[in-house]
Amino acid sequence: MKKVHLTVDGAAISVPGGASILQACRAAGKPQPTLCYLETLTPVNTCRVCLVQVTGSRTLVPSCSRIVEEGMEVATDSEPVRHTRKVVFEFLASSVDLSLVDAETREWMDFYDVDPTRYGPAAPAAPAGARDARQAGHHQVPQPGWAETVAQPAKIQDELFVRDYGKCILCYKCVEACGPDAQNTFAIQVAGRGFDARISTEFDVDLTSSACVYCGNCIGVCPTGALIFRSEYELRNAGLWDEEAQTVTRTVCSYCGVGCNLELWVQDNRIVKVTSPMDHAVTAGHLCIKGRFGYQYVQELGGPATTPIDMVLAAGREGGFVEP
Amino acid sequence: MFGAAGGTSSYEEIETTDMIVLWGSNAREAHPIFFHHLLKGVRNGAKMYAVDPRRTTSAQWADVWLGIDVGSDIALANAIGREIIVSELTDGNFIARATKGFEAYAAAVDEWTLERAEEVTGVPARFVENLAHDYATADTAQVCWTLGITEHHNGTDNVLALINLALLTGHVGRYGAGLVPIRGQNNVQGGGDMGALPNKLPGFQDVADDEIRGEFEAAWGATVPADPGLHLSLMFDAMERGEIRSLFVLGENPAQSEADATRTRRLLDGLDFLLVQDIFMTKTAEMADVVLPAAVAWAEGDGTVTSSERRVQRVRRALEPPGEAKDDLEILALLADRLGFSWGMPTAEEIWGELRGLSPMHAGMSYERLDQRGGIQWPCPDLEHPGTQFLHGDLWEDPLPREPVPFIPTEWVPPVDELTDEFPIRLTTGRRLDSYNTGVQSEGFSSPIRVGGIIEVSPEDGAALGLTEGDQVRVSSRRGAIEVPVSFDRSLRPGLAFMAIHHPDEADANLLTIDAWDPLAGTAEFKATAVGIEPVEFSG
Amino acid sequence: MDLHFTSAFPSTPERVAVDRLLGGPPSGWTGGARAAADYHVALGGHHHAVGVRHRLLPALQAVQSAIGWVSPGALNYVAERLSVPPADVYAVASFYALLATEQQSLRMAHVCEDVSCRTRGSLRLLESLAGRDDVVPSPCLGQCDRSPAVLVQRAGEYDASLWNATAEDVAEVLEGATPIDPEPGHYGVPQSELGSDRLRLLRRVGTIDPYSLDEYRATGGYAALTKALTMGPEELIEEVKRAGIRGRGGAAFPVGAKWEAVVGQGPDRMLVCNADEAEPGTFKDRGVMEGDPFSLVEAMTIAGYAIGAGRGFLYIRGEYPRAARHVASALRTATESGLLGDNVLGSGFSFDIEIRMGGGAYICGEETALFNSIEGFRGEPRQKPPYPAEAGLFGLPTAINNVETLINLPLIVLEGGAAYASRGTAASTGIKLFCLSGDVARPGVYEVDFGTTLRQLIDLAGGPLEEIAAILLGGVSGSFVGPDLLDLPLTFEDTHAVGVSLGTAVVMPFGVSTDFDDLALRIAAFFRDESCGQCVPCRVGTVRQEEALHRLIGGVPLNGASSDLGLLAEIDEAMRMGSICGLGHTAGNAIRSAIALGLIGGRP
Ligand SMILES: Cc1cc2nc3c(=O)[nH]c(=O)nc-3n(C[C@H](O)[C@H](O)[C@H](O)COP(=O)(O)O)c2cc1C
Ligand code: SF4
Ligand code: SF4
Ligand code: SF4
Ligand code: FES
Ligand code: FES
Repeated sequence: MKKVHLTVDGAAISVPGGASILQACRAAGKPQPTLCYLETLTPVNTCRVCLVQVTGSRTLVPSCSRIVEEGMEVATDSEPVRHTRKVVFEFLASSVDLSLVDAETREWMDFYDVDPTRYGPAAPAAPAGARDARQAGHHQVPQPGWAETVAQPAKIQDELFVRDYGKCILCYKCVEACGPDAQNTFAIQVAGRGFDARISTEFDVDLTSSACVYCGNCIGVCPTGALIFRSEYELRNAGLWDEEAQTVTRTVCSYCGVGCNLELWVQDNRIVKVTSPMDHAVTAGHLCIKGRFGYQYVQELGGPATTPIDMVLAAGREGGFVEP
Repeated sequence: MFGAAGGTSSYEEIETTDMIVLWGSNAREAHPIFFHHLLKGVRNGAKMYAVDPRRTTSAQWADVWLGIDVGSDIALANAIGREIIVSELTDGNFIARATKGFEAYAAAVDEWTLERAEEVTGVPARFVENLAHDYATADTAQVCWTLGITEHHNGTDNVLALINLALLTGHVGRYGAGLVPIRGQNNVQGGGDMGALPNKLPGFQDVADDEIRGEFEAAWGATVPADPGLHLSLMFDAMERGEIRSLFVLGENPAQSEADATRTRRLLDGLDFLLVQDIFMTKTAEMADVVLPAAVAWAEGDGTVTSSERRVQRVRRALEPPGEAKDDLEILALLADRLGFSWGMPTAEEIWGELRGLSPMHAGMSYERLDQRGGIQWPCPDLEHPGTQFLHGDLWEDPLPREPVPFIPTEWVPPVDELTDEFPIRLTTGRRLDSYNTGVQSEGFSSPIRVGGIIEVSPEDGAALGLTEGDQVRVSSRRGAIEVPVSFDRSLRPGLAFMAIHHPDEADANLLTIDAWDPLAGTAEFKATAVGIEPVEFSG
Repeated sequence: MDLHFTSAFPSTPERVAVDRLLGGPPSGWTGGARAAADYHVALGGHHHAVGVRHRLLPALQAVQSAIGWVSPGALNYVAERLSVPPADVYAVASFYALLATEQQSLRMAHVCEDVSCRTRGSLRLLESLAGRDDVVPSPCLGQCDRSPAVLVQRAGEYDASLWNATAEDVAEVLEGATPIDPEPGHYGVPQSELGSDRLRLLRRVGTIDPYSLDEYRATGGYAALTKALTMGPEELIEEVKRAGIRGRGGAAFPVGAKWEAVVGQGPDRMLVCNADEAEPGTFKDRGVMEGDPFSLVEAMTIAGYAIGAGRGFLYIRGEYPRAARHVASALRTATESGLLGDNVLGSGFSFDIEIRMGGGAYICGEETALFNSIEGFRGEPRQKPPYPAEAGLFGLPTAINNVETLINLPLIVLEGGAAYASRGTAASTGIKLFCLSGDVARPGVYEVDFGTTLRQLIDLAGGPLEEIAAILLGGVSGSFVGPDLLDLPLTFEDTHAVGVSLGTAVVMPFGVSTDFDDLALRIAAFFRDESCGQCVPCRVGTVRQEEALHRLIGGVPLNGASSDLGLLAEIDEAMRMGSICGLGHTAGNAIRSAIALGLIGGRP
């Protein structure tokens, strides 16, 4: 592939043609914030936290999807970039529960001095199903004095995972993983429009009645914890989730002969979550229901749970629910 | 497959191939992540045909589904072969250079006109013709299959019939073209690699070869019998004849997984001594004289497994095994100890080191390299070798550095279990997405999409039998009968019924299946049972 | 594809509605009854699904207009017929305001509450209809010259537009037994009503029978196509370049350059005519399509010939049922007369035009959102590049032009590019349609040369109804300008010089008694409702803008009025710099300008 020459914040760099500006920035030692971008998915450039300034462009340019061109001049820290990134982060932080985003994103938010309170106090959460019922074009009049949010009760419809859309930034990653970029099941899509847009099954039917095959690939790509293992959700609620105390071990799925690699997240000798490495040639991070959730037989208790963690996991498994 | 037993291609290759023939495989459910790669291929423009009696979730992705009658695979393959020959679409150069026996093959398939194929398979002639032409004219094409091909009394012939098609067209030994069997279990391939076959030593080396045997004998300090052992089906025959009196079962559940379960259980019962090493108290373990509790290899132990693309990968210990359960290796070493051999307590890596010394195809796979590269595809003869993405590239070398590959003509034989008025419905078995084998592992988690033990029939048959979904029906075959709830499934046509194999406690399909088995591979004919179905009348 | 359906079954009317559009199911595998022929073979799969996806929106519209909503059973049937996953179908259905995903009344009145109508009685109309569950407020219906405007969606009958509507009118259509279609209509061309003979683009509107090809030909129709076919595509493009014409859809891009870029691409090319016209205050394209549909058909044929396209799509907003009927009839007649279809006028050039209706989404006027809408996806704009000329509709090189842009072509062909360019100014050549509404005596579409001033135009429309406080120029994505700019010549360059834009040529004067607070809030609400929701700056920014504006106007600032003003400016800046498409880029324009002019609460 022919090399393309460009500058990033004044420094010259050359990258293979077809690379994105983001890749060029990374190659230049300048990582950028991203939320909706993932190496394994088609860029949707919707979150807009990776925007950069390209000389000659009237508006800012998403670095994750824009392909480099010869002679491009890219600025990652100009005034419009700083301002827009800050406000975009504020828009998200003031409307979505970002408590589970990764540390890197949090550092970027600190870097841009993000202050979600500037937009007013967060409006009360919508009742279950209310946001899902909104019809396109029907105006939602602002509640005086409040900043509207997507807060709503979590959807818990089975024993494997939880959809907590109060944490959803609408990054489309789950839609792509469930859809054309990996699983091709298309159980969920973005429905509705504007601020009322949301991830939904057809008519918001329960996941159990939808096309969902519980591969959990949506969980695997969700950057905000909106989609989460039931086990993790319950352990967090019970205050027992402890990443410091966890080990992550790479091994191979015990089911079919495809040979997917698994990362077993283990806390107190219990598997609490399963992922697959994104750079693994077989899976690109994706699994099927057996690889993702089929681990439980190795920790069948064969008796009543005695440790706190086992009690929470067992409660989750019986469809029970530990109050936070 | 003409040489080492493994799929010729890597998953990656199907993403850019031009044509995919998925034959006797519901990979969408049985091998979901392989199917991800396949769908990338489809999205990149590959044309897809599916050959399967059922229009499975996999077949629904195909441009064309050919709904053959159960057990007519060879008829279809031979007709495709003939059509390719008479339409002069063969790769004559490849045939001349790299194969032998073409004339005999051509003569053997000559009776398989499209019309004859239509009669036997049920598939309209022009679709057979289309498949033949598309396959032959594609730049690269892959034929992928799983148990729908192999779980027949003539499973080996089925595979040979497909290989012949690849030889006709040169669809092997090139990137993107190949023959791709996908393994049902996480280490079937690895088991074969390690010599868990009656006639092979590790690395698919022949037990009959004195020189090779000699190397193993030198390394092990023991004599290796030159005669091949028995495969599973022959073992049960030997039990029947009283020749096998004791059995050591490691990590298998034959009491539930074998065809004709009544006979299997009788034979296991009749043994003098049954030793079972398993992670579960399986049905087989319950029958055992001694049970050795094993640790879960993939999460509580260390070692390697080999995937369907010949990729050797590491499994690692993430959990401490419960109670007295021990790693398989440890159990075997302790057992050796009691039997008077001092093996010490070798680590998995040490055992692997021994294998690398004895199996040339594994020689270059140090643990260090396996870790670094996230697995290596065999053969990998030395520490510099990157592993082998696809096999049989040497078939395209000139001059040919190996023996030409033979065409092996195959003859179509109908399924052993005949359809009659009493047993008019063809029952076939298979897997579901969220379940696995007899369910011992997959029952451990509560799947929201689990369908329990049921029999599925076509909506048309359901209506003809006066059934509604959920009704209890009696399913009988020449060997036994069971009662299960019925459900309707549009993937089935009239005369075809389906049961999954995962719920032997609720719906034991293997009480119905026939144990006619393939003489070479020892695989039983799970896929073709003749049954009768009738509503269960409730009294009162 | 392995689709999964809920247990909801379609009713017979739902099936019939879909089958009428798509034809009966071709096999038992795609929604039909199973027969022996299906037992051993099925065609389908991914490639088939990709090929039919573009019929999704029409299929949903068929269901909506048959039964009044998209029910779960109907949704399943559409999904099965077209091999689209049900969640995807729902995603598309729930995107459009004219498709309901919950059951509603069989007749629904959409009463315009937008900028023009709300100052001319629609708020009162809505009030008097309050409490009815078959009345919903609507964004601009493209009839701002005859406010208050109403669109009635009627299951089983065609939709009806009402204007100058009273509560009685609306109730009558909602309840009445007689299907009403107010034809022959009102085309809103006051110049022609006043007997002007200087009109060129509008000369036939309201004066000929829009169904009559003979009348169209008798007034010079199809002379241009005949001539164009003898000129050849290259010369045609040269002539268009010589004419210097720039796009009339809002972005003012030179037409010749756009076409050249398309022609420079691969051989399989597309023409799209953008008739979505949903920018509040805009109604010029409707008048042309209703009154002179053949002129658009002829113009599209010329454009298709010039760029070497075999197919054209005409995307008409869903709120224009009458325009769609008239153009559809013209297409049929033209095809029957050899003016369209195979071998146009024996030239060897073949060209087909397909009409697609919008579903009630302003964003679908944005060109790439429009492509997605036609292709059967949610009307979400695409990030550019790639531009439509490289990868447009169905990924093919595409020329997309506004209705008004295209209907200039016959003039250019007949009189030559140089003559065309002799009107207007050097940078804004030719003639232009303006949409006048608001506080003017004779609202309507006006045709003038570029360079006409605001004052001249308003005078042409009978003058203001009261002293002008501000003029909304270019639509709600444009700006308010003060009366000090009344002598501004209306050209691309003069407006640009004062930091505003011609936009869609909306000129909406508002008198001193206008409640600008109310207008600003309405504009903020409009953008919030019409944002596709894809990108964060616009999805959240339009909400935060509306909230801040409410606080500012309501006099309950968060941390003092200046903080809300500052916040509004920051939000505006982030939307303008950070959004994917023009909707977000311009969502703060009108409010920013209103604040700057001191029109709304919390003066600077
Ligand atoms: C939100 C939005 C809405 C638009 N709506 C329309 C429209 O209804 N009609 C139109 O012709 N152009 C509309 N445009 C402009 C189109 O994207 C495009 O520029 C135009 O169709 C090109 O045609 P032209 O070059 O002939 O003007 C819209 C743009 C945006 C950003
Ligand atoms: S649920 Fe998660 S992955 Fe899906 S759109 Fe929301 S934030 Fe993104
Ligand atoms: S995750 Fe699924 S596809 Fe992958 S190896 Fe396990 S069972 Fe097979
Ligand atoms: S700017 Fe608004 S309308 Fe445009 S893509 Fe973004 S969210 Fe959608
Ligand atoms: S990461 Fe680039 S727009 Fe989201
Ligand atoms: S029709 Fe009401 S404002 Fe345009």
